[in-house]
Amino acid sequence: MHDLQCESLSKRFGAYTAVNSVSFNVPRGSFFSILGPSGCGKTTLMRMIAGFEEPTSGDIRIKGKSVLSTPPNKRPVKMVFQHLALFPMMNVGENIAYGLRCRGENKADISRKVAAVLDRVGLPGTQEKQVAQLSGGQKQRIAIARCMVLEPDVLLLDEPLGALDLKLRERMKIELKQLQHQFETTFLYITHDQSEALLMSDNVAVMNAGQFEQIGSPQELYNDPKTGFVAGFVGDSNRWPGRALSVSDGKVRVALDGGGEAIAQAGDDRIAAGSAVELFVRPEVLSVGAGSENRLAGTVESLLFNGASSRILVRSQGGNLVEVGQAVMDGTGRIVPGAAVDIGWSHGHGRCFSVSR
Amino acid sequence: MPRTDIGKLSFILLFAPFALWIVLLIILPQLGIGYISLREKVGPGEYTFGLANYAAFVSEPIYWNTLLRTAWMSILVTVMALIIGFPVAYYIAKIAQRRSRAALFLMCLIPLWVSDLVRAFGWIVILRETGLVSSFLQKIGLISGPVEFLYNDATVVMGLVYTVVLFMIVPLVSTLDGMDNSLIEAGYNLGGSRLTVFRRIVVPYAMPGIVAGCIIVFMLTAGSYLTPILLGGKNSMWFTEQIYEQFVTRYNWESGATFGVLLLVFTSFVVWLGLRLTGQNLASTVAKD
Repeated sequence: MHDLQCESLSKRFGAYTAVNSVSFNVPRGSFFSILGPSGCGKTTLMRMIAGFEEPTSGDIRIKGKSVLSTPPNKRPVKMVFQHLALFPMMNVGENIAYGLRCRGENKADISRKVAAVLDRVGLPGTQEKQVAQLSGGQKQRIAIARCMVLEPDVLLLDEPLGALDLKLRERMKIELKQLQHQFETTFLYITHDQSEALLMSDNVAVMNAGQFEQIGSPQELYNDPKTGFVAGFVGDSNRWPGRALSVSDGKVRVALDGGGEAIAQAGDDRIAAGSAVELFVRPEVLSVGAGSENRLAGTVESLLFNGASSRILVRSQGGNLVEVGQAVMDGTGRIVPGAAVDIGWSHGHGRCFSVSR
Repeated sequence: MPRTDIGKLSFILLFAPFALWIVLLIILPQLGIGYISLREKVGPGEYTFGLANYAAFVSEPIYWNTLLRTAWMSILVTVMALIIGFPVAYYIAKIAQRRSRAALFLMCLIPLWVSDLVRAFGWIVILRETGLVSSFLQKIGLISGPVEFLYNDATVVMGLVYTVVLFMIVPLVSTLDGMDNSLIEAGYNLGGSRLTVFRRIVVPYAMPGIVAGCIIVFMLTAGSYLTPILLGGKNSMWFTEQIYEQFVTRYNWESGATFGVLLLVFTSFVVWLGLRLTGQNLASTVAKD
């Protein structure tokens, strides 16, 4: 059963196509993210689902029923806005009660429900507080509580963590996931931050230029990207332009621009001998020294220490800057800036996508 | 220490023009007026102090009736300016494209480029017996003879609303402009109807602007002189007209000063009452966080 279905949904503003024939299904109770760079149309998509924009074509169904003719204030979707949009002239209790009062519920029910939802988001007894008195994380939880008290079929979240500082953002990611689990409501989350999408979601759709590039679980997107855009956008990747020399058995032999050869998996079936390609290799599959299937010689340029996600920057002989994700940097290593090193990786770890030039 | 001295000095220098303005042009003249109003003339060049001028005001119904009428019509003008100004301000701040916003705002300002007096005469040209409206209505046969549209209360109210509505629009636009559109969208998203969103979100948010606009408009209207006189004629019964008459025609400064003080006190009282009735206070209006 799907809580939310979008079918070839499009939105054009004049000659500009913001959302181009997007289709997806969100299963009940799952956490679904739409990940894309700013301006890719994800906000327009969300606003269409909320009813603030009318789709040019296509259909939106919630619990199987089309909501196109339903005005925004009658749709069973609630939205957490980017800057939360808590009403500044109301206190916390009134903010949460707003939706219930719009429904015309009686006073006793309202105050019972408000208290219950505040309990669930971990802020019991804060009804009388003013919005301005709350911290960023508390505001976030109130904004979610204000929606959840109405028991929506789908909760839309429009980059709600964007305004928070880094430490709080890390904590809120986990908290959001827990809240979703606790409420068992379908969350549709849009973000440009891949770590938010990967960490919290059951499924992620990667969006670019108004279209979905790929829909899949975070693991699928990370390990098995279907397009060059996904490979480059999700997770860190070294990205080298080159030319395909030969293709066989789903493996491509690539001559890298600036010298060097490598064998990698073909990411799409448009690659032919002689076509322009891009090779994507993740930093963590690269290693220094040791015999590997693919090799690239270079010089260590600098060491970037950042705990578990430390990097070695190697300038290859072809002039490409390579990020190597070897975490061992205990200060005793033989890797020092200026040292000549070989970096290697196995055939299966590189991925090649055709480039239309 | 020198730093704080410089800070102090620059504060004093910056504050001085404002203080001079307030003291010399507002407080001193008002004190003077207050002083004169307490003076009783007992003979040529002979004065004593007392409340006789105020007693005269109370004992003469025409005076306080005029004051009440002025206040009442000013309230009417304020309400109408709010009703007309709010949609205009909302359109400028929230609906119009960013590019056309400045042009619209400028268009609201255009009437101010013409002097008060000329604008009032403009209305006279349009509304008098031989004016545009009257002759047009005769031409299309709706009325048989010339009709005088001037010199009645409706015309006075209309002329005043026209003069002051801008002072309602400006504070409203600036408050509404600061309102995040997502507040309105959130209002709808959580199930509010148009009316609910307007009543529970837009109006409370705009309240400081509404209060500021109403105070300005009310004070301007109650203290206006030209428009009621020219459009209302001899029957306009505007309180400023009484003040003018006392000062200029009768050369009775004591009585005129008394009326001036009473106008100030009474309009202040109306503003205070208005704030109390709507549950607002001046501090939250002026110093919005």
